[in-house]
Amino acid sequence: MLLNVETVSKTYPGGRPVLDQVSLTLEHGETLALTGESGSGKSTLLNLVGALDHFDSGEITVEGTSLSGLNERGRAALRRESLALVFQQFNLIPSLSVEQNLSFHARLSGRSDTAWLSHLTDRLGLAPFLSRFPEQLSGGQQQRVAIGRALATRPALLLADEPTGNLDETASAAVLDLMLELVAETGCGLLLVTHSAGIAARLDRRAHLSGGHLA
Amino acid sequence: MRRAAIACLWSHWSRHPLQLVTLLAGLALATGLWSAVQAINSEARTSYAEASAQLGVGQFDELRAASGSIPLARYVALRRAGWQLAAVLEGQLRLPGGSVDVMGVDLLSYPALPAVEETSQDDGIAPTDALLAPGLLIAGPETAQRLEAQPRLPPVSRTQNLPSGVVLTDIGTAEMLLNRRSEITRLLILPDQSAGLAPLADLAPDLMLVRAEGRSELARLTDSFHLNLTAFGLLSFAVGLFIVHGMVGLSFEQRRGMIRTLRALGLPLRDLTWLMLGELLLFALIGGLIGLVLGYGVAAALLPDVAATLRGLYGAPVDGDLALQPAWVALGLMMAVAGTFAASAQALWRLSRVPILQAQGQYAWTAQGLPALAQAGFGVLLICAGFLALVIFDDLIAGFVMLGGLLMGAALLLPPVLSLALRLGGRFARGPLEEWIWADMRAQLPGLSLALMALLLALAANIGVGTMVSSFRLTFTGWLDQRLASELYVTARDEAQGHEIERWLNTRADAVLPIRWTEVQVADQTVFLYGIIDHPTYRDNWPLIAEVPEVWDVVAEARGVLINEQMARRMDLWPGDSVELLPGWTLPVAGVYSDYGNPTGQAITALPALLERVPDLPNTRFGIRIDPAEAEDMRTALADTFALPPQAVVPQAAIKASSLAIFEKTFVVTGALNILTLGVAGFAILTSLLTLWAHRLPQLAPVWALGVRRDTLARLEILRSVALAVMTAVLALPLGLVLAWALLAIINVEAFGWRLPMHLFPLQWLVLLLLAVATAVLAALVPANRLRYLPPSDLLQVFANAR
Amino acid sequence: MRVRLLIFLIFLPLSAYAQGFAGLGSDADGFAVPERGHVLEFPRDHGAHPTYRIEWWYVTATLTGADGRDYGIQWTLFRSALAPYDKEGWQSPQLWLAHAALTTPERHFVAERLARGGIGQAGVTVEPFEAWIDDWRMAGPDFDSLDLRARGAEFAYDLSLAAQGPLVLHGDRGYSVKSQDGQASYYYSQPNFAVTGTLTLPSGPVEVTGNAWLDREWSSQPLSEDQTGWDWFSLGFDDGTRLMAFRLRGGRGDFTSGTWIEADDSATPLPDGLIDVQPLTVTRVAGRDLPTRWQLALPDRALSVVIEALNPQSWMATSFPYWEGPVRVTGSHTGKGYLEMTGYD
Repeated sequence: MLLNVETVSKTYPGGRPVLDQVSLTLEHGETLALTGESGSGKSTLLNLVGALDHFDSGEITVEGTSLSGLNERGRAALRRESLALVFQQFNLIPSLSVEQNLSFHARLSGRSDTAWLSHLTDRLGLAPFLSRFPEQLSGGQQQRVAIGRALATRPALLLADEPTGNLDETASAAVLDLMLELVAETGCGLLLVTHSAGIAARLDRRAHLSGGHLA
Repeated sequence: MRRAAIACLWSHWSRHPLQLVTLLAGLALATGLWSAVQAINSEARTSYAEASAQLGVGQFDELRAASGSIPLARYVALRRAGWQLAAVLEGQLRLPGGSVDVMGVDLLSYPALPAVEETSQDDGIAPTDALLAPGLLIAGPETAQRLEAQPRLPPVSRTQNLPSGVVLTDIGTAEMLLNRRSEITRLLILPDQSAGLAPLADLAPDLMLVRAEGRSELARLTDSFHLNLTAFGLLSFAVGLFIVHGMVGLSFEQRRGMIRTLRALGLPLRDLTWLMLGELLLFALIGGLIGLVLGYGVAAALLPDVAATLRGLYGAPVDGDLALQPAWVALGLMMAVAGTFAASAQALWRLSRVPILQAQGQYAWTAQGLPALAQAGFGVLLICAGFLALVIFDDLIAGFVMLGGLLMGAALLLPPVLSLALRLGGRFARGPLEEWIWADMRAQLPGLSLALMALLLALAANIGVGTMVSSFRLTFTGWLDQRLASELYVTARDEAQGHEIERWLNTRADAVLPIRWTEVQVADQTVFLYGIIDHPTYRDNWPLIAEVPEVWDVVAEARGVLINEQMARRMDLWPGDSVELLPGWTLPVAGVYSDYGNPTGQAITALPALLERVPDLPNTRFGIRIDPAEAEDMRTALADTFALPPQAVVPQAAIKASSLAIFEKTFVVTGALNILTLGVAGFAILTSLLTLWAHRLPQLAPVWALGVRRDTLARLEILRSVALAVMTAVLALPLGLVLAWALLAIINVEAFGWRLPMHLFPLQWLVLLLLAVATAVLAALVPANRLRYLPPSDLLQVFANAR
Repeated sequence: MRVRLLIFLIFLPLSAYAQGFAGLGSDADGFAVPERGHVLEFPRDHGAHPTYRIEWWYVTATLTGADGRDYGIQWTLFRSALAPYDKEGWQSPQLWLAHAALTTPERHFVAERLARGGIGQAGVTVEPFEAWIDDWRMAGPDFDSLDLRARGAEFAYDLSLAAQGPLVLHGDRGYSVKSQDGQASYYYSQPNFAVTGTLTLPSGPVEVTGNAWLDREWSSQPLSEDQTGWDWFSLGFDDGTRLMAFRLRGGRGDFTSGTWIEADDSATPLPDGLIDVQPLTVTRVAGRDLPTRWQLALPDRALSVVIEALNPQSWMATSFPYWEGPVRVTGSHTGKGYLEMTGYD
């Protein structure tokens, strides 16, 4: 099993529970869409799975590794080596060039593979922009860099939070297509947060969050 | 509407109190250090002026004796020859807690003294009290208190008109106090002399005439000290203004949206500009006032050391107490206001050009500076212009223009040079994190460049001034070693005793070197011409900076003359030139020797040749060569045998020790100012880092999300700050050395007529480098620590979906 | 009558002398006081009397140049004691002050010298006689034959004085009363020196001849509290007679005194009330009004003369300023003399 989320709860200080006893699983190579209203806790769940935030109770395991048992060092290593992230805001590193951004995560995790990277670059159509800086790219191009950066590490699990939320319709469709194709090519699992039913329908499975519960 | 606009503008500051505090602190630091230096300088100058006015110093020509003491009978004889003179007996009176200078004047003939007049009006001095035993002492309040604490001293009268540490009294009282009966230190030549008097040169050839204008050299000498302080003050001011510039720019940038909205709502640009100007004025006044308080504190803390330095180094009487002068307050506030507006000019100019409709650029305020290449070009241009000015005009002002061009140009060059260095450094990066660090530093550079410029200037100033002061000390002590080669210096009471002492010493000392000189006129300037005997003491030790071959043989055989550097530079005489020393006696210049601190020209020739032409040279002073271990015994023996007063036999070690003690004081002052300027630069770095904080998170969060720990990121923050500081320090080193060179070889020569050789002090640089690193670490510690303990939720905010 | 030392003390650069010496006129604490009947002895009394508060050697001369013009010179040495003793060194209480002046019909040159006693810068010795301060001196083998020298920034003089008669003792054998209250001084004169010598003016040297009058006076309590100033005349008439006369102006009316000297040098004291002086013409001098033309009458001697200043601007701009200059005499008697006026502030 790639991912196992078991009765996980999360409450932000002074608020009502965001996640209440949520459980779900994901197999290797499987894609899962996480849908729900604004504030339903879907981004929070994604952050918890990404070892970016702490949960109050329950357990999450990634490739058999229990997150609750990890210290900061272990969590950072997990993010570096098993996971990859794509955000709505792209969140590229502004001071690095496109080329450096693309290879950054893979080199950080010590899994740099030149052939794979150049293949990804070609597939994402980024070859002409390698020496540019993120702020010189359009939103769609930036998100392609983010996807390339994530997949370059050949992660076990790709976490994507509204990856097309900041893009117009045309760019959105193109980016999504490319991402799904490359995920399939990479053979990694995908947990994708979206509010769009259309996008959710293109994934293997769909889980709907409402008021902190999985429907 | 205006009130609403004011409330709106003000809301920015209440939401960003740290910005406000930083802005005010920058202003306060700038004003404070500058004002402190001004206060110290003006206090010292006031003291000189006071002393000049109150003690009649520097107003009249004077007669002095080579031995330091004129017998009373000589005074009476000159009086009876018709010369109107005023006798002064000066000396030091030992008191617990440091000696005081006693100035005993013939109250009846001395020109009017404000101190005496004031005291007379307040206390009603009766001539009986002032002129007859036990006498009356007049002193400033602090000194008066110390005198009154002593038993068996004459009564004390207080005055505001005397510098601290000076006791004014009648010469009759001074004789008793100093135990120097029938001695006179100097004779003032009063104005309104009778017509047809016999010339003093005939009546008293043994007394030297010291012209009033000659002694105003005191001011020129002390000026070199004030020059250092002023340089420090101006640099501190500039460094502080960098902070102000950054903060005002930031606040204007952050209020762009607000400004646009206000204008859209119908507030005229002109009103808005006035409001902003008013706001700046208010800040300038508040920051300036805080700065004045700060400056007063700094000055009050440093002044005693400065006073001690000046007193010791040049005998300039400076009060250790600081008086608050209204002009100083006004000037300080004016500088604060002018500085604020100068630092804000760019921001204000931009404000006037903010269009009502325009998207807000995130980094606009930093990105809108000059393009890197243009900035570098401008910097190079400034430096070249400075040097060009020096080449063309070659005077003191040009020297300062060059310094200004050099410093400004270098500051402008810093960001492009750093950027280039970072780009090159990035080439050698291994691993993604290293690559990112280099790239990130370059990305940070625009926001940090002002702070780094401030650091550059502070470091360069420290290296420059430190090198100058240290070079001066090293050179001066080395020069003392050379010039004061004899172990003992003795001054006989008169010619007869001089011969006696010489005879006595011939069997007891290794060598007796007569110190005999006469005053000659060379090119309308007074030059002191010394005759020396041929002795290894001179051959081995005399500090020559230019010479002909076999220079000492040439001098010994009277085929050439040695002149001091001042005379050489002033009259442009160098080996190969000739100089007419006496009518009909012209000698080629055989060498030039350094003679620091001496305002007058000096020349050295062979004694026999000089005696041939000036047979009646007084012979009362001698240098004694002797085993240093026996110097003290010899001194006692001399003093006992010839009943010489203590000041007539001076051991060389005592002179050196007192000179060194003075320099230690100078170092305390320089050191304190070093720390303060570096502190200001450190503060600039801190505020810049804090300002950049808001922009930092979006850059750091993705790296963190990709698996780099927060503590690693925090360490890297500090590393970056240190790396930038170290690079800046490395660049500051050549700049500082050029600055030191300019101070020593250009400013000093133009201002004082002698050139100091430059010595390098790598250990000082190391200390400075460590200080710069410490400054950078301290400045980065706050943001780094904040990053390290940042809750993940704050970092996650960066990724939060725009809703 | 020359008791200016009082004012000298007030006007010293040490301006607060005034307070220390307020009430001097009535208080001679510790100082010797002149006594009637004391016999003056010469040459001893030509010298200084340190136990008295004030003393002077005062010479005025009316001169005629080889160029035919009239001149006048003044040479005065004052001694002022802070305490009634003498001692070597700076702390001697004996202070010395001197004034020298040279008057021409157009110009009036003044110089002043100050000195401390006890160090040899100024003093008086008796045998041979010398009175000096700095390079100014009056000296000779004895009191009858003196050389007189002084110089300032713009003038100098070098004169030989030869006494033509005996000393004249004023008042009661030299005891001269100065007020209705009985304040007195010792006072004698040599009223008739023949003078030859050289004056040096900015325009060059002038040979001169003429007559000099020397006054010696010392005391400790010269003035009454109400006395504000005086007018003093020393006149030599063409018939060989001479007159010394003074008027002390006081709150209780004037006090006059003087001495009439016959051509045969016999002297008669003129007690209070015999002499009548009246100002005739007032001149603006140094910012104040001073009478520079006088009517003087001595009915006893059928004398009624008009006295007129040679140079009305003979102002002594010294530490304590006063008017002193040569005068011409016309009327019942003709002649020359000197006039001194103080207290016209």
